[in-house]
Parts: sequence; C-alpha cells; structure tokens
Amino acid sequence: MTDKELHISKIENGTVIDHIDAGQGLNVLSLLGIDGSDGESVSVVMNFVSSLVGSKDIVKVQNRELNQDELDVLSLISPQVTINIISNYEVSLKHRVQRPDCVSGVLNCPNRNCITNSNEPIESKFNIKDEVISCEYCGTHIEDVTQHLA
Amino acid sequence: MRECLITTKGLTREEIVEVLDYAAKIEKNPSSYYGNQSGKIIGLLFYEPSTRTRMSFETAIKRLGGDTISMGSVEMSSVAKGESLADTIRVVAGYADAIVLRHPKEGAAKMASGFIDIPLINAGDGAGQHPTQTLLDLYTIRKSAEKLDGLNIGVMGDLKYGRTVHSLSHAITKFDSRLNFISPEGLQLPDNVKYDLERSGSEVHQYTNLDEILSTLDILYVTRIQRERFPDEEEYRKVSGQYRINNKTLENAPKHLKIMHPLPRMDEISPEIDGSDHAIYIEQSHNGVAVRMALLDLMLKS
Repeated sequence: MTDKELHISKIENGTVIDHIDAGQGLNVLSLLGIDGSDGESVSVVMNFVSSLVGSKDIVKVQNRELNQDELDVLSLISPQVTINIISNYEVSLKHRVQRPDCVSGVLNCPNRNCITNSNEPIESKFNIKDEVISCEYCGTHIEDVTQHLA
Repeated sequence: MRECLITTKGLTREEIVEVLDYAAKIEKNPSSYYGNQSGKIIGLLFYEPSTRTRMSFETAIKRLGGDTISMGSVEMSSVAKGESLADTIRVVAGYADAIVLRHPKEGAAKMASGFIDIPLINAGDGAGQHPTQTLLDLYTIRKSAEKLDGLNIGVMGDLKYGRTVHSLSHAITKFDSRLNFISPEGLQLPDNVKYDLERSGSEVHQYTNLDEILSTLDILYVTRIQRERFPDEEEYRKVSGQYRINNKTLENAPKHLKIMHPLPRMDEISPEIDGSDHAIYIEQSHNGVAVRMALLDLMLKS
C-alpha cells in the first residue's frame, strides 16, 4: 500500500483492531463502550478491501491500550479480529481474541421481562458455552448479538 | 442442603430425594418436628398474588415452631413508592432468618440472592421457575406412583409461560422418566428450556393433541392457558377448548392415570373429574406443607 492510498494515518500509541468483519466496525466501538466521550481519538475504516481477506473494517484508538478481557468481547461479533498494541508507531504486541466464558454489561437481555431490564442496580450478564449465549438471570438465549448491544 | 433455592436446574437427584424422603417422614408425624426452628423468622416477599404457596410456607414454618413477617401487598409497602427489589431484599434480610420471594420478573430471585447472606427461596419469578412447586409435584408423583423413574409423564397447557412446567421439566431430567409436552403451537416450551432439556440428555416429545398420547400416560400435569396471552377472546376460546379435561376426554385414559394441576384452575379441568380416582390435585396442594417444612428445616439447619 502506498502513502497515497492510506485511508487514515498511523497512530503513535494505542490499539488497532484489524480484520473486523465488514460492517461490524461501529458495533465493535459499541461493544467496547467507546463513543469518543473520553476524548480519545478514534478512527474507523469500513469496507476496506484487503487482498488477503476481502472486505474488512479497521478501528484505531489513539492513546488507549485495551486489555485482553475488554477485547475478548469482540469475538462475539467478529471472531477473526486481530489486536495490535502500538507503541511509538510500532506494533509492540499482536494477538487474537478468545471466546470469553461470560460477558457483563455489554449486551441487553432480549427478554423484556428479565430483571436486568428493570430499574435494579445490576449489570446484565451472559454465559457463553458451546456457541450459546444465555442470560445468567433468566436463561434467555441471544441469537444475534448485534441486535442486543447495550 | 444448599443455601438458596432459585431453580431446579442445578438440583441433583440426591438433593431432590433428600427433601422428598424427609417430607415423607414429616408427613407421618408433623407435630414431632415442632420446635425444630423455634424462634426463626421467615420474611415473605410476595410481589404477585398467591394462595397456596404463601399459606403453605406460613403453615410450614409455624409447624416447625418459627414465625413469618410479611411486607403485605405491594400497594401497602414501599414498593409502591418505587423502591427497588435490591433495596427491599437487603432491608428484610436484616429482619429475617430466611426469605421467600415471589416476583413478576424472570431472574428476580437470582438477582436478589446476590444481595443477601441469608437463605432465599424462589417462590416464582415471572415465567421463569417455581422450584418448591416442583418438589411438591415430585413428592405427589412419587406418593401416587411409588416411583419417579420409568414413568410416562404428560405436561399440558401453557408451556411457554408456565413456570411450574419449566421447573418440573428440569427436575424430571434427573430421573429416568419420559416427558411429553402437549400444547397449542404458540405456547410450546421456550427454546432455552428445550435446549437445556436436550442438553441434559432428555428427548423432548411435543404434541398439539392430547389424544395422540393420552392412552400411554401415567401422569398428566395440566396447567392453565392464560387468556392474556391471546390477541383476542375468540382465539383464546378456540385454543383453550382443545385443552380441557372432562369425563369425555378421559374415556381413553388408562385407569391408573393421575391428573395433577398446580392450581388455581380456571376451566381446564372440569369439576366432574374432582371425585374420580384420576384427580390428585387437591392432595397435591396439601403436600406443599410437608415438603416446605422439609425444605425449610434442611436449609435453616445448614
């Protein structure tokens, strides 16, 4: 890729989330709870054409190193993502995400009558086992994660 | 015995049998257990109407020598002012030795148990679970059929929203009995319950017509089809009429078939069945006292 073709500039420090399934870039931000309100610089490239994997999305978050637990949540919507931790413009760490056993506070229960959808001081919690995502409280399964992002 | 009883899903066969065996002992001579829980206070938090569950819990603890406190009706308590369940449960936990909770939201008991350090019993959470009803159901089945394995059990009615059905189904998977589910198309078992049953190794046999299976059943567990689940009155009448038990329905039923119902019933079981050898639903509700005495005694002892 030449400089002329670059869509967004390199970041000095932070996290680059690559190989996101095309169209899921904004959902990645939503799952990570990144909305720019903390002042971080965020770039999203959508439907980037890669010769290796076809279309993909890329997210770059400046000056924030996301930890493994935060990033593993992304496996729910895009299992193939790769994480690059950037230090001084160089990739200092590269890894993949793993399916977590449970996630808290990132999904809403589809069951409107679940206690987590009422005015109680608790976070939603979902257990993940054998590809099934089920509410810790009422047992309801989530079929399409993207429809239930918190 | 475990500290909280939220669902039958995690109960082991041994834990179930322990409660049933103890209840059987208690039933033979209930007065000899008076004093076992002397001075103990049970907090009753019922956010939904109840007759049998509430009164049998009250009877159970009083027969063990303990007593109850109650928040009364929702309208008369701070719930009417908008107090959260999390706050109410923490307050009452300071007054009582154990709490019995009924709430209209699924998962309420699970959430509440996370806020307190005393035993909590789920007495019904929305369309979720009703584990103590299941224990008395199993007690009734065992008393009547003298076993819990090798039975052919039919469960009929509103299987989607019926919490007694969900709890009973999970519990039956611990025994070697066959479950048959009879319901209208739109009121079949929820996917997550069906998934759990199949995962535990059970086959889920579903029917829309009782006649398909009636002649093979040992137990028929009937539940109410709730009017509010249907868009209009006509549709409700049409569907509920197909799931009504009367003398004519039972013409092809085995002589030994027992009919159960968690009650209250509306018109799904005709009163003409009440005097027959098939009907054990009133006895079933009476069994709630011995079973809840056993459960409370075991939980409060530990």
